[in-house]
Formats: sequence, structure tokens, C-alpha cells
Amino acid sequence: MIDAILFYVFAAVALGSALVVVGQRNPLYSAFALIVTLCSLSAIYGLLGSPFIAVLQVVVYAGAIMVLFLFVLMLLNVQPESQEEGSWRALAGTALALAVLLVLQVGTVLLHWHRPAPPEFDASTRKMAEILFSPRFLYVFEATSILILAALVGAVALAKKDP
Amino acid sequence: MPSGPPFLNHAVLLSLGLFGIGVLGVFLRRNVITLFMCVELMLNAVNLAFVAFSRAAGTLDGQVLVFFVMVVAAAEAAVGLAIVIAIHRHRDTLDVDAFNLMKW
Amino acid sequence: MFEDRILNVVPFMILLLPLAGFVVLALLGDIRKGKEETGAGVMACTTVLLAFALSAWAVIRLQGLVGGPSGLRFSQPYLGFEWIEAGGFRVPLSLLLDPLSSVMILVVTGVGFLIHVYSLGYMAHDEDRVRYFSYLNLFTFFMLLLVLGGSLPLMFVGWEGVGLCSYLLIGFWFRRKSATDAGMKAFIVNRVGDVGLLLGMILAYHAFGSLDLVTIADNAGALAPEARGEFGSVTLVCLLLFVGACGKSAQIPLHVWLPDAMEGPTPVSALIHAATMVTAGVYLVARLAPLFHLSAGALTVVAVIGGATALMAATVALVQTDIKKVLAYSTVSQLGYMFLACGVGAFGVAIFHLFTHAFFKALLFLGAGSVIHALSGEQDMRSMGGLRTKIPWTFWTFVVGSLAIAGIPPLAGFFSKDEILRGALQAGKTGLFALGFLTAFLTAFYMARLLFLTFFGSFRGGPAAEPHVHESPWTMRGPLVLLAVGSAVGGFVAVPELIEPVFRLAPAGHHYAPWLPWVASLNAVVGITAAYYAYVLYPELPARVSGAMRPLLRLLEAKYHFDDAYNWLVDRLVGESETLLWKRIDGGLIDGAVNRGAQLVGALGQKVRLAQTGYVRSYALLILGGAVALLGYLLWS
Repeated sequence: MIDAILFYVFAAVALGSALVVVGQRNPLYSAFALIVTLCSLSAIYGLLGSPFIAVLQVVVYAGAIMVLFLFVLMLLNVQPESQEEGSWRALAGTALALAVLLVLQVGTVLLHWHRPAPPEFDASTRKMAEILFSPRFLYVFEATSILILAALVGAVALAKKDP
Repeated sequence: MPSGPPFLNHAVLLSLGLFGIGVLGVFLRRNVITLFMCVELMLNAVNLAFVAFSRAAGTLDGQVLVFFVMVVAAAEAAVGLAIVIAIHRHRDTLDVDAFNLMKW
Repeated sequence: MFEDRILNVVPFMILLLPLAGFVVLALLGDIRKGKEETGAGVMACTTVLLAFALSAWAVIRLQGLVGGPSGLRFSQPYLGFEWIEAGGFRVPLSLLLDPLSSVMILVVTGVGFLIHVYSLGYMAHDEDRVRYFSYLNLFTFFMLLLVLGGSLPLMFVGWEGVGLCSYLLIGFWFRRKSATDAGMKAFIVNRVGDVGLLLGMILAYHAFGSLDLVTIADNAGALAPEARGEFGSVTLVCLLLFVGACGKSAQIPLHVWLPDAMEGPTPVSALIHAATMVTAGVYLVARLAPLFHLSAGALTVVAVIGGATALMAATVALVQTDIKKVLAYSTVSQLGYMFLACGVGAFGVAIFHLFTHAFFKALLFLGAGSVIHALSGEQDMRSMGGLRTKIPWTFWTFVVGSLAIAGIPPLAGFFSKDEILRGALQAGKTGLFALGFLTAFLTAFYMARLLFLTFFGSFRGGPAAEPHVHESPWTMRGPLVLLAVGSAVGGFVAVPELIEPVFRLAPAGHHYAPWLPWVASLNAVVGITAAYYAYVLYPELPARVSGAMRPLLRLLEAKYHFDDAYNWLVDRLVGESETLLWKRIDGGLIDGAVNRGAQLVGALGQKVRLAQTGYVRSYALLILGGAVALLGYLLWS
């Protein structure tokens, strides 16, 4: 009961701030709105019984990625966007239509779920750790560290000023 | 109404809504950083769907995938923003329509 | 048994001796090449002499062994393979030794040997004489293969081979453009004839299922009745093979190469273009006599073309001034006689004339070569004259040859020509008889003309050349004498009777028209006398006559415009095909296809490049559109 209400509340918040992200002229305001969306999503994760992912969302997404975004925005001193020219209205219209279509299609797929949920569901950190370090995902897990290393080096190389 | 856990439907609907908003944002925004943020929004919508289905199926595979998606999203954001910085250094604008050197 | 084993090998030995000569000379001939070195020539002569000896031995043994018309067929005993074996088509390497091929190999090796000896003297100072003798030996090999071959394909190998050697020898002095042109002309005209020969062979295989000569001869009669006489496959085969024979034996319209072939050394003219190679066509027709005999139409064509060629060549010979050209046209004319004989069914007589002609034509050519040698290269009769006292050996042998070809009894030519005319009468072809008769008169006339212009009167070659006139060495005189003897007594060899069985025909009587020998001899005498009047007694006469008949003279001198017509035709053909092939097909079609293909790609590219707008958002739109389409397809299929 409580869960359902909390869910609706957080869902509404998420949708609302998502609209702000898209609609707001000033990129800084969009970034903040995105942070709000991420946090509410984190709450929903918790409601869905995944504490590990919930915390991860806050720490990685809201805490690291969005901070990076904010840093860059500040660094580049972005200004609010000017008004769109009229010729892009067509593009926007098409995009809207296609977006609707995509949503409908994906929805059709996703909503045909017929299996009942099992009664107990353990997604604790311990369980997650057991799976992540099992032979099934161990290689992938280690590979991601290399991925991050590559991204790190790449970002540094790309953003460096030429001497 | 399809059968299945009620939370699943709502979560999936929310996921769809967020995804659609993200797609719209990609097409409607001109600032490239805002574009990135809308892409992040789409990624999160997908994450939500994964978590919901993981809960409904009772396995943890979905959650593991969410974990990896986040890692990749982080890496991608870092590199992408580095590229944006580099471009801004040269073109002094963040309008995505201005980056059309690949035009025929 | 022992002898039979030897006999089994001998025909191959006959073939291989000259071939070995060629190989040795071709590979090693340069080793000892001194200024006056004669080793190569002697070696070449030896191989041919041995081949002659073996031929004579084989022929004599053959007479004792077999009595039937099939002769002896020899399969190759030692090689481990058949020659051609493709599915159901088999052509073994088999030789055929029967009376007809016996006559031919004796002529080829015998006259060939004499010419080899003559060449020792004639080519003694030529730098390339090793190459010359190697070619001569090679030619002998191919000619022997031609007449000994037991099946049409094997004969064809020899056929082509002698054509090749003819080309090589005509163009022997290759630094002279006229010689190489003549060689090419000979080869190409031959090739045209060969198309007919090949088509004929294919058709023959289709009709008989075999290309073996004995099989064809035996089964000729077994063809379906509707193919006899009417325009059926037999007539077609014969006509096609005759086309090939025309090419090789210089009959109308493929005769144009023979006069030009005089560019080669004179012994070559004697051997190849008088005694042996050009007679291959006659041999072919005679060999397939059972086949030709079935088709009256083909026989008529053969006879008419033979007779027409005989007359036409004789008329052109009248106005030639080069001594060798007169003899060349004379050869064409005499070959026409042989085909005329075939055409009236007298195949044995045709071969008889081939036999006698080999002797006196070779003699005449070698004699002409002796004259040319005596005059240090002069060939124009207008610069000759009065040579009979200076080169008596040459003169007297030449007289024998001239009388023989004119048909004066009892020399060889009289007998063979007489038989031909009799054959024409017997077959009821009075028109052809008249042709032959007139041609005989002309033959006597132009040969006498040649004789008188060259050997009688006063020397017209200028005072500077006169002291250098000298008789030929013994190597050249010897063969002349021997050939003269052959021309004199060769007529008494009963060639037609010997080879009659090969043709599987009913023998003809020989006592028809007893007046013929007298009339023919008188004909020849009148011809010689007329020439005597025109060129010895009243030398101004020819000039006056030719002045009065100027248009006819021009026609004759232009050789009836055959060469002009061919040149025009070839120019047109080449020109048209060049335009068609080069410009339209290669330029338009092939290049055009490639170019237009490239243009198409370019045009497509122009259209497609418009999708590269450079805007990220339009790309994103395309991605979205693609994803939607894919999902739609997956969902609704």
C-alpha cells in the first residue's frame, strides 16, 4: 500500500523533472532537473527491492556523472539556448511522431509478461557480489575496469590543450 | 489488463515514458551537452526496465546488466564530454548544428 | 617372319630419316659452318637417299606380298599410345603403303634426292645453306607423311607441314620483302583452302564414322542412294575436299600464290612447286577416287576447274618475261590437266601425268636454275639469248624437258597427255577435250618460246656479262642428266595399270580413238614451229602481234586481274571489320559498357551522398526511423 503510493509519487517526480530536462532553456537547470530524476529513480529501485542498484545510482550517476556534467557546463560557460528557427519544426514534428511510435511498439512488447513473480527475492549486496564475482561474470567485471582505464586515458588525451 | 505483478506494468510504463521524453529531447535540443543529458535519461529508463524485469523474473541477471550499463555510461559520458571540450576549444560554440564538417 | 617384322618398321623409317636429318641440322648445323663447308648438304642428301632406297625396297617387297587393293596398313608398333583418342573418336597413327603411295614415295624421295644433290651446287655460296637443307629435309618428311598417312587427319598433318615448309622456303631469303610477302601469300591462300579441307573431313567423319582412308574407300558404295549424284553429303564432302586441293595445287581461284612463290631458291621451286607439294591436291582427289566417283556433280566441277585453269594459266604463260614465272604458270596449267583427268574418271592417268610431270618439270626448273646460275642471277629472258653454245649441258637437257612437256613422242609427257585426252573423249566430254587440246598447243608454243628466247639468237644481256657465262658444276649437271633420262623413258612405266586397283573402278579400254596420238603429236609440232617462226625467224613478229592486240595483252599481263580482285577484297574486308570491330564493338560496346557502368555508379553516388547532411540530429532521426521499422517488422510478422 505504502509502496504503491510512494511509487506513484516518485514516478510523478521523475516524469516531471524529465520534462524539465527537455524543456528548460538553461542547460544548468536541465542538469539539476536530471539529478532530481536520477534520485527519484533511485528511490524506485529501492522500492523494487534492489538496494545495491539504488545506492549505485546515487553514487555513480547522480554523484559522479552529473557532477562531471556540471563541471563541464561551468567550464564552458554555457549560455541559455536561443529560440529555435522555424525550419526545425518539421524535424521536431517527425521526431515526436517517431517517438510516440517507438514507445507504442516497445510498450507492446514489454507489456505481454505473463509469469507470476516469485515470492521471495534477494537482491542484497552480498547476493550481487556473489554473482558478479562468479565465473559467469568475472571476466566481464574485470574487463570493465580496463574499459574505465581506456575511457580515462581517452578523456585526458582528448581534453588536453595542445602545447 | 495483462497478468503479472502490478508493479511491473507501472514501472515499465514509467520507463517507456522516460524513454520517450529522452528521445524527444535528443531531437529538440540544440546544446550538445543537453543532448548528452537526454541520452543519459534514455539510459536510465532502460535501467529501470531491467530492474523491474529482474524483480519479476526472480533472477539477478538484470541487475548485473544494470551494473554494467552504469559503468559504460560513466565511461561514455567522460569521453563524450572530453570531446565536447575539445570541439568547443576550436569552434567556440555548442550548437550541434554547427558541427557539420562531415557534410557531403 | 623376320622380314615381316622389318617390313613393319620400314615405312616409319622412311619417314623418320628425313626428320632426323632436319633435327640434326636444325640443332647442330651451326657447329661447323665454314665458307665452303658442305657437310650439312651432304648429310641432307644422304637421309633422302636412304629414304629412297628403303622406299624402293619396300615397294618391291610389297609387290610380292599383297595383291589386293587395300595395300598394307601399318600401325605404329612402338609408341605406347594411339594418336587421338577422345571419347568415341579414335585416330590411330597408321601408315598406308599401297600402289598409289608407292608411286608417290618413289617420286618424292627419288626426285627429292636429285634436287638435294643439285642444291649442293646451287646453294654452295649461300650463307644460310644449313638452314636451307634442314628445311628441305623437313619438307621431305612432311611430304612423305602426307602420302603415307593412313587416315585423313594424319594426311592433314603432312598437308599443313608442307605448307609450313613451303612458307619457310619461299621466304628463305627473308631479308627481301618480296620474298616474305610471297611466303605469307602462299600460306594464307593455302589456309583458305584448308578451311574447305577441314570441313570436308568433318563431314566425312559424320557420314562414314571413320577417317581411315581404307575404310572410306571400302564403304563409299554403302552410302544411302539419295546421296549418290544428287546434292547429298557425298558431293558436299568431295567439293569441300576439292577446295582444299585447289588451295594446295593452285587451281582457280586459289592459284595466285604459285607464281609469287618463285621468290624462293630455284631448287625449291623445282621440288615443292613442281614435283611434289603442289601435287598433293591431285593425290588427295585420287586417293578418294571411290568417293568422287559416286558424285557426277563433283567430278564435273573438278574437271571444269581443272580444264579452265589449264587454259588460263597457259595463256598467261605466253606473255611472261621471267623464266621462272613461265614455268610457274606452266605448272599451274599442268596441274589443271591432272585435275581434268580426275574429273573424267581417269584417276590413274592423272597420277601418271603427275609422275611424268615430276620428272620434266623438275628438270625444267633445275635447268632454269642452271641458266640463272650461269648468268649470275639474271632471270629476265629479254636479257638472255644464244646460250646454247655457252652452256651445252643445260641446253640439251632443257631441250629434252621442253619436248617432254610439249608432248612429243616417245618422251614421257606424250604418253601421259595422250591418255588424258583419250580419257576426256572416252567420257564423252568433247568440250573438255577441246580445252585440253588447245592448251596442249599453247603449252608447246610457250615452252618453245622460252627455249628460243633463252638459248637461241644472240646474247642480249650486254657485253659486260657475256664473258662470265659459265656452265654449272657437276653437282648441278648430274641431276639434270638423270632427270632428262627419266623424262625420256618415264612414259614407258605402266603407272595407270599399277595403281588401278586402288581406285576400285572398272578398268577402261585403251584402244579408243587410234588417231589421237598422231593428232596430238602434230598439235605439239605445230606449236613448236609457230614459236620458231615467231622468235627465231621473224623476231619482229611478236611485237607487231602484241601491238595489234593490246587489250588482250593487258588482260594477260594482269593475270586476268585475280591479284587485283583479291587485293580489293581484302582491303574491303579488313577495312570493314576494322571499323566494325574496333570502333563499334570495342569502342562502343565494351568501352561503352565499362564507361557507362562507371557513370551509373557516379550518378548513384551523387544521389546517395545527399544523405550525408553532417547534422547529428538528422542522423539520429535516421537511427530512430530504422529502429522503428525494425521493431515494427519484428512485431507484426
